[in-house]
Amino acid sequence: MELALLVDFGSTYTKVTVVDLRDEKIMGTAKAFTTVETDIMEGLKQACADLQQKLGFDPLTAKHKVACSSAAGGLKMVAVGLVRELTVEAAKRAALGAGARVLDVFAHRLTASELRRMEILKPDIVLLAGGTDGGNREVIVQNARMLAQSSLQVPIVVAGNKVAAEEVAGLLRGAGLDCRVTENVMPELNKLNVEPARMTIREIFMEKIVSAKGLSKAEQLIDGVLMPTPAAVLNAAMLLAQGTPGEPGIGELVLVDIGGATTDVHSVAKGEPSKAGVMLKGLPEPQAKRTVEGDLGMRYSARALCEAAGPNRFSGVLGDKSCGRLEAFLARVTARPDYLPKDEEEWQLDEGMARVAVELAMERHAGNMEVVYTPFGASYVQYGKDLTPVPHLIGTGGVVVHHREPARILKAAWFDRNNPTSLRPRSPRMWVDREYILAAMGLLGEIAPDTALRISKQCLLEL
Amino acid sequence: MQKKTLVLGVIGADVHAVGNRILDYALTEAGFSVVNIGVLATQEEFINAAMETDAQAILVSSLYGHGELDCRGLKEKCVEAGLDDVPLYVGGNLVVGKQDFAVVEEHYKEMGFDRVYPPGTLPDVLIRDLARDLH
Ligand code: B12
Repeated sequence: MELALLVDFGSTYTKVTVVDLRDEKIMGTAKAFTTVETDIMEGLKQACADLQQKLGFDPLTAKHKVACSSAAGGLKMVAVGLVRELTVEAAKRAALGAGARVLDVFAHRLTASELRRMEILKPDIVLLAGGTDGGNREVIVQNARMLAQSSLQVPIVVAGNKVAAEEVAGLLRGAGLDCRVTENVMPELNKLNVEPARMTIREIFMEKIVSAKGLSKAEQLIDGVLMPTPAAVLNAAMLLAQGTPGEPGIGELVLVDIGGATTDVHSVAKGEPSKAGVMLKGLPEPQAKRTVEGDLGMRYSARALCEAAGPNRFSGVLGDKSCGRLEAFLARVTARPDYLPKDEEEWQLDEGMARVAVELAMERHAGNMEVVYTPFGASYVQYGKDLTPVPHLIGTGGVVVHHREPARILKAAWFDRNNPTSLRPRSPRMWVDREYILAAMGLLGEIAPDTALRISKQCLLEL
Repeated sequence: MQKKTLVLGVIGADVHAVGNRILDYALTEAGFSVVNIGVLATQEEFINAAMETDAQAILVSSLYGHGELDCRGLKEKCVEAGLDDVPLYVGGNLVVGKQDFAVVEEHYKEMGFDRVYPPGTLPDVLIRDLARDLH
């Protein structure tokens, strides 16, 4: 037996999973409340003790012990760039891909009030971009000067115009800030280069954020907290789609994770136009793309979800009668985030909310086809990813896992004939990650990718 | 000396791509750093590209006859975006059919373009003007 202990310090639960690497199977899982407020070890030890009961041995004796974390607010970042549609967007994508929660983004020269807002938001890391290589340098230099003057004492990743990088780093270091220079997120116009910034963010996460969040104690018992939980999920999605040299992947996929506070969508797909004669415009998309919708959640942000959807979308999904009961249900679930529906009507409301969340989150994640009418006929322009041919759709998150017929929720992600410009998957095979195992498998991917991939395939349940 | 950066594109709903590629090639050969945003380019794309790349000039093509409509307001947006010093060049088939070019030129200059070129202008002419204008 060669064992691996995989720990996910979540915002609510600390989840532990033990995997036998020889037999390639999950031996057991357990969870306990996350205790980051007091001592992170309490929750971890509790969960491990529970698992020991089931397994008959102490999981902490496993050979490999690694963790990911979204405890204590997750990895919080702000992104700064020059033009909103260009370097700001590129920086935002790099941060999202690194598993961060992007609290806000800032374009052009930072103003004093924007700086104050940033100080209030208290990000863990600032990603500073702006200018293509050899392009604009004034704005990133000026923004570095502003950051140097602010009271923010957080690491700053510099991923902008390489010609300005030295001056920017000098200004920030001069103010005593931890500044890491990496490659430009947009070295040429409309060329995306997020990987170096992602790696740098991850380094800082392991070196600094883990201890800043009170997680370093855990490192006495385990080998390391390797990445934020969403980055582990994205890792698993990539592994599953692309495979390893030793084990084939399943191909392009979309993964929807409907949580209490956010709905995350990950796609691992090229997303090039699937029809001939379509022109691709806008910033290119990363093959592995993650979006997070902070206003689309089932509990903490249930009210925001309803606002985002507007009344029409809800009555379309639920019918007018149920809509009347929505208000009372919202009050109940926002007050008690662990609430599960009690009767048939509440299940319907929960399902309705989930469908709206999935539909909106997919609409925002997937690309759009725009028809440009010229005086002489129509031309087609695609912005973002064309996900219509993607063959797999994976669902996870409380409402999907607990629902009797999760397919009804996941179908809201599909291409909709009434909204044909939204390039969502046409008729993908659908799967559920019942055990919420993908974060753990993303972690295991760092140790034994082939095994992690095979176990992930086994754990998905086809609908 | 550092290369001069130029933003090049075909504005509006115009898909004529051949001239755009030729200009890209000729300007690159002539030692410019060309940021080509291609066909079907909106005014905002010209401006955003110029901002990020710190371009010294914006070159607009319009071939299909609707240039006037597409180009209107570009200068104003440039001023708004802090690009007042970046000269605007425009060429191609700027109006429908054959019209008196002096009138066309006058009209585009009123819209804020610094240089306006008649149909069939060769890249050499443009390159000579750029060398003179951007020193
Ligand atoms: C090929 C072509 C097409 C192809 C384009 C294929 C493609 N993806 O590129 C297709 C079939 C799609 C097409 C469609 C249309 N076309 Co057409 N097309 C032509 C054609 C035959 C050749 C264009 C070409 O490639 N020329 C070669 C290149 C090298 O020259 P150029 O484009 O003019 O560019 C050079 C110069 O103009 C100059 N230049 C260009 N921009 C700039 C900018 C600056 C600053 C400077 C200094 C110089 C400069 O330098 C370039 C390089 O040397 C011309 C006729 C012609 N002989 O020019 C008509 C022509 C341009 N098309 C025309 C029309 C009307 C159309 C349509 C509206 C037809 C229709 N009814 O559907 C559509 C419009 C589609 C759209 N939304 O854009 C008209 C435009 C009329 C006008 N402006 O008064 C033309 C002139 C034909 C005509 N005589 O009627 N077209």
